[in-house]
Amino acid sequence: MDAIVPGSDADRLDPLEIPTLCPGAMAASQPWSASPDHQKALGFPGELVDDWQNVAIAKMGELLEKNRALRVYLDSCVKCGACTDKCHYFLGTGDPKNMPVARQDLLRKVYRRYFTFTGKYFPGLVGAEELTKEVIDDWYSYFHQCSQCRRCSVFCPYGIDTAEISMAGREILDAIGKGQKYCNEIIGKVHTIGNNLGLNKNALRSTLEGLEEDIEDATGVPVKLPLDQKGADILLVTPSADFFAEPHVDGLIGYAKVFHAAGASWTISSYASEAANFGMFIGSYEQMRLISLRIREAALDLGVKRIVFGECGHAWRVAYSFLNTLAGPFDFLDQRYPIPQHICEYTWDLIQKGALEFDKSKNDHIRLTYHDSCNVARATRMGDQPGGQFEIPRAILKTVCNHYFDMAQDTIRDQTFCCGGGGGLLTDELMDIRKKGASPRMKALKTVSEDHGVTHMAAICAICKTQFAKVMPEWGFERDAILSVHQLVSNAIILHKPEEENDDDR
Amino acid sequence: MLTTIYACLFYGATAIFLAGMVLRVTRFARTPAPLKIPTMPAPTTKSGVAYRLLREVTVFESLFRANKWIWAFGWIFHVALAVVLIRHLRYFVQPVPSLLALMQPLGVLAGFAMVAGLVGLWGRRLIVPRIRYITGPSDHLMLALLVAIGCSGLLMKFVAHTDIVAVKTFFLGLMRFDIQPLPSDPILLVHLGLVATLMIVFPFSKLVHAAGVFFSPSRNQVDDSRERRHLAPWAAKLEADRAR
Repeated sequence: MDAIVPGSDADRLDPLEIPTLCPGAMAASQPWSASPDHQKALGFPGELVDDWQNVAIAKMGELLEKNRALRVYLDSCVKCGACTDKCHYFLGTGDPKNMPVARQDLLRKVYRRYFTFTGKYFPGLVGAEELTKEVIDDWYSYFHQCSQCRRCSVFCPYGIDTAEISMAGREILDAIGKGQKYCNEIIGKVHTIGNNLGLNKNALRSTLEGLEEDIEDATGVPVKLPLDQKGADILLVTPSADFFAEPHVDGLIGYAKVFHAAGASWTISSYASEAANFGMFIGSYEQMRLISLRIREAALDLGVKRIVFGECGHAWRVAYSFLNTLAGPFDFLDQRYPIPQHICEYTWDLIQKGALEFDKSKNDHIRLTYHDSCNVARATRMGDQPGGQFEIPRAILKTVCNHYFDMAQDTIRDQTFCCGGGGGLLTDELMDIRKKGASPRMKALKTVSEDHGVTHMAAICAICKTQFAKVMPEWGFERDAILSVHQLVSNAIILHKPEEENDDDR
Repeated sequence: MLTTIYACLFYGATAIFLAGMVLRVTRFARTPAPLKIPTMPAPTTKSGVAYRLLREVTVFESLFRANKWIWAFGWIFHVALAVVLIRHLRYFVQPVPSLLALMQPLGVLAGFAMVAGLVGLWGRRLIVPRIRYITGPSDHLMLALLVAIGCSGLLMKFVAHTDIVAVKTFFLGLMRFDIQPLPSDPILLVHLGLVATLMIVFPFSKLVHAAGVFFSPSRNQVDDSRERRHLAPWAAKLEADRAR
């Protein structure tokens, strides 16, 4: 598939346009393998084990006993085809194995062969297949072309979620010693250092101090970014990308300004300096749990009353949907607040109380749209009402920005597309599939940009922000056209200088 | 002889169908769901979830959002099948309730609708490249089986009548373990043979989706993970190593 030529104004771009089937188009797209050291650090075999076939089948059997979703999803698909045109990677590549049902079938055919009556005795009839090296190879390719975004599960009449399948597939691959470098190396860093980027405590402290200086230089207000402050009320857990690169760091500055304006007592923890939880990407409950427990430990050590999560998509899934399960109960926290709370919930709450002041005109150079990050949209909630995850970020943006326009309805909210880099795919060797997977979102963005002059897109996910910064220039946007939601908050928020307050007193 | 074969066939098919489905459902029910994974936005109450599932199984809500053609053919087929099944109750009850007697013409109409829906679904399997790609031999066979059941039934209604009173006597007898003679019209034997086949393959095929939909965590879970701690038994055991 040739990419659409950026900037061509031939026809209006259709983000949902169904490509011609190109079998095998992406078969060669594979992430780098984890090194033996990275594998062993997580308790996985260093390299492909000798009896990999038996180990894989045994692991599959274990997962079938432990996870109802896997069993129900493998048994229930009727091949109706509802999901076939829903995956952004299929729309971007035309490779039929990127159709959710076909991706599932890579696992399902092996499940049928070894675990079902019909597959054992009539394999040809029901498409059951032996687990061979070729199948393992396909798994490694195509389970790493799923960003676990759940778009297919919205449309499936049985709610079959391919994310559950690709997670199981990756877990089996890890069990036989065929792990993915990007995820497993990063998880190792979290265990040893505390965050995905490997920023140690000193580096983190100097980063935060640098930011404090930057904010004071820009605003004249001494906004603090406290680290490891015992007795603080709020523990902020945010993706480590927020400490590192734009536009992430501008979001962090935004959170700090909101906390400052609210007069909140808050802190970041160097021990749990990572909201992201790549344990989810590799489908490992155990890894996800160990990473989550760091947050519990940090909250207990620092004696905080609340936990607030920064802008990060799958992190908010693990936080909202799984944290209570993995690291709860959080009976030691203040029960009057949601546990955990999203920074957008926190900010919106303050806005509703009238506790924050804004100068919207500060964002007048921006004509904005909003990308619903897939995991936030389809795997979490914000606020009290279902769908708050769509409304609250938009409500914040409309509070701080005068020019806001949604993209096409069938590409936002629970029908949103993944950015193309989620689910453990945000690594350079997968750039080809990442760019192709981003094309549905980019087409929708291009259209809203042509219709309404939209110049920027906001998101609340570290992966989305990184991915779009790479992809958007190819579609004629500036690299910095992707913004953090709290970056826009940061631009518009009015902070009072200490002198001003003195002036008021006189 | 023929009567004995068909009597055994139906006893066997019923036993396999019931045992197979009970086995499937208990296996679904016993396997824990370790994490909260409802597809959001999801209901925040149990009654909300019941309503969501009701919409899924009555109007195929998600499928409607996905693809109007598949929805139309699939929905017509399923609703028509339900009506046809209800219509067939008359062969299993005596006396026939007046409502059941009244809906018989509707049931016949549904017979045509059912076959039409199936043909539509089959056509998509042959014509749409994406769906042709994911279609296997068993998918064709299942459609063939259902179409053949529908067509043989319609043939008996409109072309080659059978002694329906005797058929009813046969089935009422089966239910009382008192075997009565079954007419030997070929179309009837084909129709009944295919129905028994369907009952036998049901629990071993993709037809278990009928039960699966109720056990799908993305559809049947309540969105309350922050309020209620959800913990699978095997996951609870991991907590033994927790210091605090």
